[in-house]
Amino acid sequence: MMNMIKGYRRPNGKIGIRNHLLIIPTVICANHVANRIQQAVPASVAIPHQHGCSQIGDDKDRTHNLLAGMGKNPNVGAVLLVSLGCEVIDAKILKKEIEETGKPVEWIDIQDVGGSIKAIQKGSEIVHSLFREIEKIPLEDVPLSELILGVKCGGSDATSGLCSNPALGKTADQLLKQGGTIVMGETTEIIGAEHLVAQKAVSEEVANKLYAYVENFEKEVERIGADMRGGNPSPGNIEGGLSTIEEKSLGCISKAGTAPLKDVLAFAEEIPGSGYYFMDSPGNDIECVSGMAAAGVHMVCFTTGRGTPTGNPIIPVIKITGNEITAAKMADNIDVDTSLVMKGKETTEEAGNRILETVIKTAQGELTKAEILGHQEFSISRISISL
Amino acid sequence: MSKSVYEQDITSIVMSDNDNVATLLKGLEAGESFLYVLNGQKEVLTAKQSIPFGHKISIKSIQRSEMVVKYGEVIGAATADIEPGEHVHVHNIEGIRGRGDKAEGGQK
Repeated sequence: MMNMIKGYRRPNGKIGIRNHLLIIPTVICANHVANRIQQAVPASVAIPHQHGCSQIGDDKDRTHNLLAGMGKNPNVGAVLLVSLGCEVIDAKILKKEIEETGKPVEWIDIQDVGGSIKAIQKGSEIVHSLFREIEKIPLEDVPLSELILGVKCGGSDATSGLCSNPALGKTADQLLKQGGTIVMGETTEIIGAEHLVAQKAVSEEVANKLYAYVENFEKEVERIGADMRGGNPSPGNIEGGLSTIEEKSLGCISKAGTAPLKDVLAFAEEIPGSGYYFMDSPGNDIECVSGMAAAGVHMVCFTTGRGTPTGNPIIPVIKITGNEITAAKMADNIDVDTSLVMKGKETTEEAGNRILETVIKTAQGELTKAEILGHQEFSISRISISL
Repeated sequence: MSKSVYEQDITSIVMSDNDNVATLLKGLEAGESFLYVLNGQKEVLTAKQSIPFGHKISIKSIQRSEMVVKYGEVIGAATADIEPGEHVHVHNIEGIRGRGDKAEGGQK
């Protein structure tokens, strides 16, 4: 039986499971204006960030692509860009790229409008009228096969590798069987397990892309001249029983399930089709989830042993734990508890089915705990210095 | 993982028969014994120290520099000799990958 979810059909044919009105500051200097506009129209969301200027090359491209991707994500119905006017990120190009999706995109420039107060007023008026526009978009029944699900783990402990990640892997297998899409990121956290991920690659070319991303990453650690341990695994991971990055990675990779790896993508690169993909990204929770959102992921299933409140401004994040203490202690953050697997009272398949049920309900409009609490963490990873 | 692997009286889990460590499903006090399954057989060992839930315990003698194996894969190398029943963690194993400190010019 084909499971159905609910979506907003965008002009480019893609479906969104949320209908957000997104305010994007193109540069840190526009954050305050963007935030004030969002406060004037609380039905909107803003993504203040630290970057957008004094950046060059790949680093500048990364910021640009991430902001463009956030605007293009089908969970977003309309966009307001807020620029300062003298920054590196080109709002005009950003606008054009997001407009290619067919959704309404407006742009105000603080220098052009004439200061903060005028920009806040003009921006608020625009967002208010955009909201009326996207409100009209109907919610349709769509097949589960259209869902793009990110799989992520963070705040891991030993239970992540034993229970919540293997259970999420079963969910991934189920979704892929129904024609859906799975995206796994976190290049850092396949170090020591990359051979197992590469074994599933559909071609040698895909496997080599994966190895190249891991090598790049490890070279950067060498350049810094420090042991990864302490940064990743983090102090909390270590307290939770994880001793090395290899151990953490081996526990991480089961969350993507058993399907063949169709391709390996750059950070925030648009997901090209259905199946299982790997996306180059930092292991950092917020940077990875933000990159997934920019790549067009609709929702993230996030396993955590230690417990994390992580959300995202435009995509729901479902929190799953295998640690019964965390499930009880952080009940306001945890959506699915899989710790019964550890007690032999449930199989990973059964736990995976329960996660899938939550995925379907969330894709039908039910709010995740992170959404209820208003968690909207967002950040852009840097790969170079500020000029 | 099948239900049988997480049998209710099992206090630790060995992910692969090639592993030389088990992961504790409950915290142990020094001298407390723990049950695990290896090659389909239930085995019993005694913890040499108190070890928290989720941490690893050695189920074999591991020599210094020997590979530590979990999930049937290498998770690091021993930095000291480790006896069965000892806590296996950052104090006696180290990662092999991501070691910028061991690269040329690294912070040794």
